[in-house]
Amino acid sequence: MAHLKKAIWSWSAMQPARDASPVVELSSVDLTYQSGEVEVRALRDVKLRINGGDYLSVVGPSGSGKSSLLNILGLLDRPSGGEYRFEGRDVSDLSEGDRTALRGQRIGFVFQEFHLLPNRTVLENVMVAMLYNRWPRPTRERLARDSLERVGLGHRMDFRPGKLSGGERQRVAIARATVARPSLLLCDEPTGNLDSATSEAILGLFEELRDDGLTLIVVTHDEQVSAHARRTVSMWDGSLSEEDRGG
Amino acid sequence: MDDPLPRSRLSVRDLVSEATAGLFARPGRTLLTVLGTVLGIGALVATLGIAKTAGNQIIGSFNELAATSVVVSSDRGFFGGEAPRIAIPWDAEDRLTRLNGVIAAGSMANVSVGADLTRSVPINDPLGQTEFQISMMAASPGLYAAVRGTLSTGRWFDVGHSQRADRVAVLGRGAAQKLNVVRVDQQPVIFVGEVSFVVIGILVNVDRQPELLNAVIIPEGTAQALYDLESPETVQIDTEIGAASLIASQAAIALAPGEPGLLRVQKPPDPEDLRRDVEEDVNALFLILGGVSLLVGAIGIANVTLVSVLERIGEIGLRRAVGAARRHIAAQFLVESTGMGLAGGIIGTSLGVLVVVIVSATRTWTPVLDPWVPLAAPTLGAVTGLVAGVYPALRAARLEPVDALRAGG
Repeated sequence: MAHLKKAIWSWSAMQPARDASPVVELSSVDLTYQSGEVEVRALRDVKLRINGGDYLSVVGPSGSGKSSLLNILGLLDRPSGGEYRFEGRDVSDLSEGDRTALRGQRIGFVFQEFHLLPNRTVLENVMVAMLYNRWPRPTRERLARDSLERVGLGHRMDFRPGKLSGGERQRVAIARATVARPSLLLCDEPTGNLDSATSEAILGLFEELRDDGLTLIVVTHDEQVSAHARRTVSMWDGSLSEEDRGG
Repeated sequence: MDDPLPRSRLSVRDLVSEATAGLFARPGRTLLTVLGTVLGIGALVATLGIAKTAGNQIIGSFNELAATSVVVSSDRGFFGGEAPRIAIPWDAEDRLTRLNGVIAAGSMANVSVGADLTRSVPINDPLGQTEFQISMMAASPGLYAAVRGTLSTGRWFDVGHSQRADRVAVLGRGAAQKLNVVRVDQQPVIFVGEVSFVVIGILVNVDRQPELLNAVIIPEGTAQALYDLESPETVQIDTEIGAASLIASQAAIALAPGEPGLLRVQKPPDPEDLRRDVEEDVNALFLILGGVSLLVGAIGIANVTLVSVLERIGEIGLRRAVGAARRHIAAQFLVESTGMGLAGGIIGTSLGVLVVVIVSATRTWTPVLDPWVPLAAPTLGAVTGLVAGVYPALRAARLEPVDALRAGG
């Protein structure tokens, strides 16, 4: 895995100096929405502080508010109350255009369903992540190749996603999520569609990314996944509580 | 205090390449969708081209005959039965051939023969009819050239026949057939009433004044002497191409210097007007057809783009997640639908031009097409695609990224 080490080195060099300043700070965040006649409180008084380089897993049963939390963190949704500071900036009342730009530049997403474009090559799929971010075209391709090398898919660049295994597809998605050098990687059930051996490989990749200084938040209900994380918080009926592991 | 965030952006080149990739993702469907626009634009271009070509062709054939014909007649009132208000002079032919631009001129008049029947040499044939009511016309020597006549046999009469009031006649084709006269080398004789005429020629065809073909035609001098013909009624003038309007204005003055307004002059209609009429007739119907096909094509594009938006909800969610603003999503689908319209426009224009050329070739016409048509038609196709894409693009842009990511899994 020599190429991996080299890629990691260049990755680290690009990251801002790691310090105690929090990447994510939620204070008393509420989220309510109307579902027909009923008002649903998806998040209640959520407080969460995640420092740069943290590896956090969010566990909880279905409907407990995990996905809502992820949407708030990923700037895909806006809290109904409370304050969200991302990299020290209050993003609760940013305009939609600013949230979109911030999301595209600082946050990476990994989904359970991969969300790869079926008719584009692996390389093009990774380059999509830099399409809207002012990167010059040649740089985009170089970074995408680097990113794919890092997840061990250097030999699959010109394949279409349909030809790849589930594990390979998720690695493409991770390469896409990290290629634009975000500070926060949000993963929604990243191993939900994978067998346990493949999951282990993906989790190993997450470890490496964390070691590079990336902040990871993984939503899962898989014990195996949350066991890898340094911190685990659990959600129950919209409320969040932190499990103390002494770390 | 915070640094202003750099906005999301998408270069035109990237936008076009993303949209192209979207179109080529399902080439079969894209092709079928484009077909509607191809038909619409093709029909429009072919219609405009064929109308223009046909219109131009009309001028071409028109020039040869009608555009060189001027007819002057004495005004006999609305129903034609009154005595002429002014007589056309006997020397009309001489007066007119002096005008520059006149190739030939000749005068003619109906001769009243009362109830006299016409027959050839009497044969007692109890079964067949031997006597006929055939109209008689008096003509000047120059009329033969002025109507562009063709004789099958014999000759036309000349000035001498007219001056001597010779009893000679040229038979029109129809009259000759009735009288059973097919050759003139033995100087056949016909009788009109009790008056005999020697047939000196048979007129088989004329380009103008076709009533001559059914008549017995005698020299004007003969008609004057035998039937008291007062004056010619009609003058036929054959002009050079382009001279018809000028001759029309001069002819009346040449024939009746005192009262030119009393003569009726028929000149060829302006070929430009005629061509415009034809073009408008052809255009109106087929442009509607083309417009309808184009509308159907637009609905097809709108439909397919909408389906494509619904199919690609996951892709839309992903693009929003990686920083695409709503306008970028809308732009991508708009460029895709515009691209389909443009492709349909270009293919349709090519096919339309091809149709014009093929139709012209089979009719040996010269294909004519306004230069703006092949330029504007693809643009019209693109605009059609653009308009068709507006609703699907707005639908795509309005999707919330959260919903799109959830629904598109």
